[in-house]
Parts: sequence; C-alpha cells; structure tokens
Amino acid sequence: MYRSHVLVCGGTGCTSSGSHQIMETLKAELEKKGLQNEVSVVQTGCHGLCALGPIMIVYPDASFYSMVKAEDIPEIVEEHLLKGRVVSRLLYQETVTPTGIKALIDTDFYKKQHRIALRNCGVINPEVIEEYIGTGGYQALGMVLTEMTPDDVIQTLLDSGLRGRGGGGFPTGLKWKLAKQNDADQKYVCCNADEGDPGAFMDRSILEGDPHAVFEAMAIAGYAIGASQGYIYVRAEYPIAVERLKIALAQAREMELLGKDIFGSGFDFDIDLRLGAGAFVCGEETALMTSIEGNRGEPRPRPPFPAQKGLFGKPTILNNVETYANIPQIILNGPEWFAAMGTERSKGTKVFALGGKIHNTGLVEIPMGTPLRTVIDEIGGGIPNGKKFKAAQTGGPSGGCIPVQHFDIPIDYDNLIEIGSMMGSGGLIVMDEDDCMVDIAKFFLEFTVEESCGKCTPCRVGTKRMLEILDKVTNGQAVLEDLDKLEELCYYIKDNSLCGLGQTAPNPVLSTMKYFRAEYETHIKEKKCPSGVCKALLSYIIDAEKCKGCTLCARVCPNNAISGTVKNPHIIDQDKCVKCGACMEKCKFGAIYKQ
Amino acid sequence: MKSLEELKAIRDKMQGQVGLRAEDHTQTRVVVGMATCGIASGARPVLNTLSTLIQEKGLSGKVAVTQTGCIGLCQYEPIVEVMEPGKPKVTYIKMNSDKASEIVERHLIGGHVVEAYTISAADIK
Repeated sequence: MYRSHVLVCGGTGCTSSGSHQIMETLKAELEKKGLQNEVSVVQTGCHGLCALGPIMIVYPDASFYSMVKAEDIPEIVEEHLLKGRVVSRLLYQETVTPTGIKALIDTDFYKKQHRIALRNCGVINPEVIEEYIGTGGYQALGMVLTEMTPDDVIQTLLDSGLRGRGGGGFPTGLKWKLAKQNDADQKYVCCNADEGDPGAFMDRSILEGDPHAVFEAMAIAGYAIGASQGYIYVRAEYPIAVERLKIALAQAREMELLGKDIFGSGFDFDIDLRLGAGAFVCGEETALMTSIEGNRGEPRPRPPFPAQKGLFGKPTILNNVETYANIPQIILNGPEWFAAMGTERSKGTKVFALGGKIHNTGLVEIPMGTPLRTVIDEIGGGIPNGKKFKAAQTGGPSGGCIPVQHFDIPIDYDNLIEIGSMMGSGGLIVMDEDDCMVDIAKFFLEFTVEESCGKCTPCRVGTKRMLEILDKVTNGQAVLEDLDKLEELCYYIKDNSLCGLGQTAPNPVLSTMKYFRAEYETHIKEKKCPSGVCKALLSYIIDAEKCKGCTLCARVCPNNAISGTVKNPHIIDQDKCVKCGACMEKCKFGAIYKQ
Repeated sequence: MKSLEELKAIRDKMQGQVGLRAEDHTQTRVVVGMATCGIASGARPVLNTLSTLIQEKGLSGKVAVTQTGCIGLCQYEPIVEVMEPGKPKVTYIKMNSDKASEIVERHLIGGHVVEAYTISAADIK
C-alpha cells in the first residue's frame, strides 16, 4: 500500500512538454530517498489544463503542481513527499490563497465543470485495468448482462436523452433501436475515433486517459443490438491513444471482459482496432465503414443507413468516442440522473477543446446550456493581453462563429444551429479583435478543399471555386458581386453534396458573411483588412516623426526592403516588403505601424 | 470475468487505493508531523501504518492521511492530528505503529477518541 500517489499527466499535451522526463526523474529521486514503496507514481490521461503542462498532482492532499520542470523534482520530493511541506511557489497559483491552499475543484477552471465523459481522465492510470474497475468500471456491463434485457438498455438511453457527441446530435438510443430492429446473422458496433476537426482533441484525451470506458460502452451496445464484433477506427496520428488502446484491449481480453461468455451470460463480444490513414472524410460514417472494409475511404449515399446496411452490408451502429464514454455512467446512475443535466433538448454535458486567444487552453466539460460567457470568461480565464472578444468558432470546418452579440447564448445543439453554427465535435476557438474573419473562413475552407475526397462534384469543384473567390477578397481583387456569387455557391454546395463534409463545408463562410459582412465589404471596397491580417492589403509604414534613425529595422529586415542613413528617418520599399512584421516588432520607438 | 462477484472483489481491493485520489470537503484529515524531529522519532512507520490501514479498511474516500511539517512540540513527536469536520481537533502524541492502528480502530472507525494518547492526557508543564 502506498501512502501517497503522485499523478503525472501522460496526455498528449503534457507529453509534448516533457512529462515523461518528469516521471523518470521523480522515480529516480524517490528511490534515492527510499520512498519508492511509500509513494506511487501514476501516469494518467489528460487533466484538461493543457496550457499549464506538465501537470503533477500529489494525493491525498491534492496539491496541484503546474509547469513542472525536472530540476524542481528533487525539491518536491525532499520537501513535500518526505517532509510534508508543500512547495507553494511551484503550485498552480490559482490554488494558492493567503489563507492556505484551495482545492483544485474550487478553482475557476474546474469549479463550473462537470466531468462525466472525462471523469477518469487524469485520475486513473489508463494502462492498469484494475484502476478502472476500482472506480466502478465494467460494473455497468455486468449489470446490463445480468439484469437487463436489450430493450431495457435501449429504453434507458432513450430516456436519458443522450445525443451523438460527434457533431450531428442524433439521439443515440434511437440509433440503437433502429439497428436492433433489423434482423441479421451478424451486426457490428463501431466507434468513430477519427477525430479530425482542427483544434478538437477530446476523443483523443478520452482514448488516452480512459480507454476501457469506450470498450465497456461498445460491449453494452453489442448486447443491446445483438452484435458480437466491434471496431474502433482510430487515427494513426494518435500514437499514444493507439498504444494505450492496444494495452487496454489485451488486459480486457485477459480478464475476459471481452471475448466469450462475458460474466457467464453467454454473451460474446470482441473489439478490433483499425487505423485510419489521415483522411478527414473518414470521420464521415459511410466513408469510415468503407475504409474499415479495406477500400478507399469515400462516402456513399444514404439510405440505406448504417442501421440497415452498414459495415460489410450488415446492420451497424457507429458512435463517437465521447458518446460512448457517457454510457456506462448513464446505466449506473440511471437515465433521470443524466436527463436532469442540460437543457430541454440537449441533455448531459459536452466536452469542449478551448483554443485560440484564451488563457486556459485545454479541455473542459460543462453541462449543456452553460452560457458561452461562462466558458470563456470564467472557465477559460478570459482573453489575454486585455484584448476584446470578437467571436468564437465552434464545430471546426463544419461549423460557424458565434459573434459578440450572442455572447450569453446557452450552448446546446439547437441554439448553435439556430445562430448558424453547430456543436460539431466540440472545438471552440476564441478570436479577438486582431483576427480577420475573412481569413478565418479562408483557413477552414483551405482545410476542406484539401480534405475533400473528390467523389462528388459540388464538394470537389465547388469548394475550390469558393476558395478562389475568398482569395480574391483577401488580395483586394474582388468586386461586390463576388459576394453574391459566393453566397449562391454556398447554398448550392450545401444542397447537393453527397456527404456531411460537403454539406457543411460552406458553414464557416456563411456564418462569417452573416455576422461580419461589413468586414468582407471593407476588404473589397476599401482594399483594407481592418484587423491587419491579410498581407496583400497591408503595408508597413515608418512614421518619419518618430523614427530616430537607429537602423535596427534595416538590419532585421530579411529582404533588405528598408533603407536610410544613421540618425535620419528610414523608408520601407513597398515593392520589396514581404510583410513579415519583424521591423515593427523590433522598433524601440514605436515608429512603425501597419495599415 | 465470469461473475459479478469476481468484479466486485477487484473493485473492493482497488477502491481503497484509487479512493486516495478523492477531493472532498467532508473528509476527515489525519495529519502526521513529518519534520526532521518527527522522522527522527519514528513518524515514517506511523504514517505508513495509518495510510495502509485506511486503504485496507476501505476508508480512503472518507479519511485522508497527509503529512505536515514541525508543529513545535518536538519532544512529543511523532504527533498525529485528527481533524473531523465540525469537531475539535484531536492531537495524539508519542505515536508508534501499534498505537496508530489502535487509533484507526477505535477513533476513526469506532468514533471514540483514545484519550490516553492525546496531548491533553499528557502532563505538559
């Protein structure tokens, strides 16, 4: 038995900031002090506060060390773990108050969160199945197999109001019900772990931090619809997730929680992994199944829906990682418990990946219906450098933006659709006054053009034409009629594309045009980018009054575009200038501005 | 896994250990003085006994065993303080492993303060 557990985050964020080295140093240092049998070092999944990584929590007192460096470890071991004196200066400063140390759950970042899908992330060691069982894992599966009928399970999900967390928001119970109704000799349960939206990483964190929750839910799904085989389709770009899934899979099979006759109920279920090769379109359900079958990942028309003819032509259900992670908890706590959270038509919680211009970059799980303002100002810690909030982008390349006039909107599926965005998988990118909305729309469209599979013309050709128009706008070559053309094209592509990728690709453009049309028009009419982002419409100018002639700018210019003599005002040759901004950054007198 | 009992056995065994990671305001806190004076007079085995017993008895969700520095009463070390929510703090002095297990049994489980080991029972001049 250990008297203290030191949890070190092994999520992708903290791994990239060096948590493995922290863990090794910690183990070595503990051994040096002879504490290795008293203090256990546990590698966990993501805690959510990625901006402060590497993260380390010492239990039982729950001291939260942030941005830990290897050279701090000897002090923490000596002072805290040996002598019991918390090293306050290395703690997450939010938890340090004049009267003592605040519990982590009382900090602004965690206080308003409610962790269901992420409940084990950052708490258990994902590579030890016993830890998952210790927090109630596989109990829901046991209950389902020994006490419930498949119809009971489906009814529970219907009553809970759970909707798909991958973006569409289709009721999960209904999906299962349809698949159950279709008789077949073989059915399949698939897990969509092909998370591809730029900026979204909640599925990755769940796979890395709590893989068994996904297995358990898939087995429950198998029992409910009558399937004996599951597939997890995971991106090969998630090496840590793949590795932990493999370890977890071996452990679950070893313990016979997957395999034949689970819990002596006569129910067989096994799971295999399939690695995606990095195509965004494979996150679309029909393309994903085509890819599992071993073919080129391209979507096909629906109907038939997967519940009728899915993988290998058999009835199939496909749910997203986060959706699955909620299910064991719904079974254990009952549908009423889940339905009590959230709004009228969106129940439970949703995980968001906060990114962009925000203090606390990371993962947050909030009850549906939480106002955007709370997420950004309180949980996210607001916008850095005193800048003003301009818009938040949700739903990645399929979504749209939420402008400042909707800052108090309660976030749920229907509200977001109403204002022209969508929940999507839960990426939430915050933009401030320095961001150009045309540029943002262009960024997402570039992504879609790159990722369009090419099967249907509206998406393949249409998105390309849209991008060309946006290029004209940002280069100052567009005319006002181009905006009408762009809008027409948007609706055409939405209506005529084969799959979700094309049908939603125009959303970022439509929503920015709706809320920031004036910004588009300024680009066209005045040939100016109000936020100073679009390079073609920008020039750097030296204010002759302020310039002291120190020559620093001329020396840093990578293209020798600045000329002038010592102690005399310098001049930028606009033809040579590449608009890198190096001169403005270096100028000590604030003499260089852009317009 | 062939039965729910099997699962429960693993769960019970692990719950005490994972429960150590609970964060709860209603927890009882058991604090062991682990400064140089405490360690020199044998606080380590006391801390380990307390921590192990709490986990074995499945109490780790309710009781947190932590450490602190020097309390200033070095001649009475090892010192163990028990802080239950809403009750006055109890300070036990001159602890050892056996006394610590008695405190777990009688105080933390049974609910009776072991007066004989408390600082108020000692003759402090």
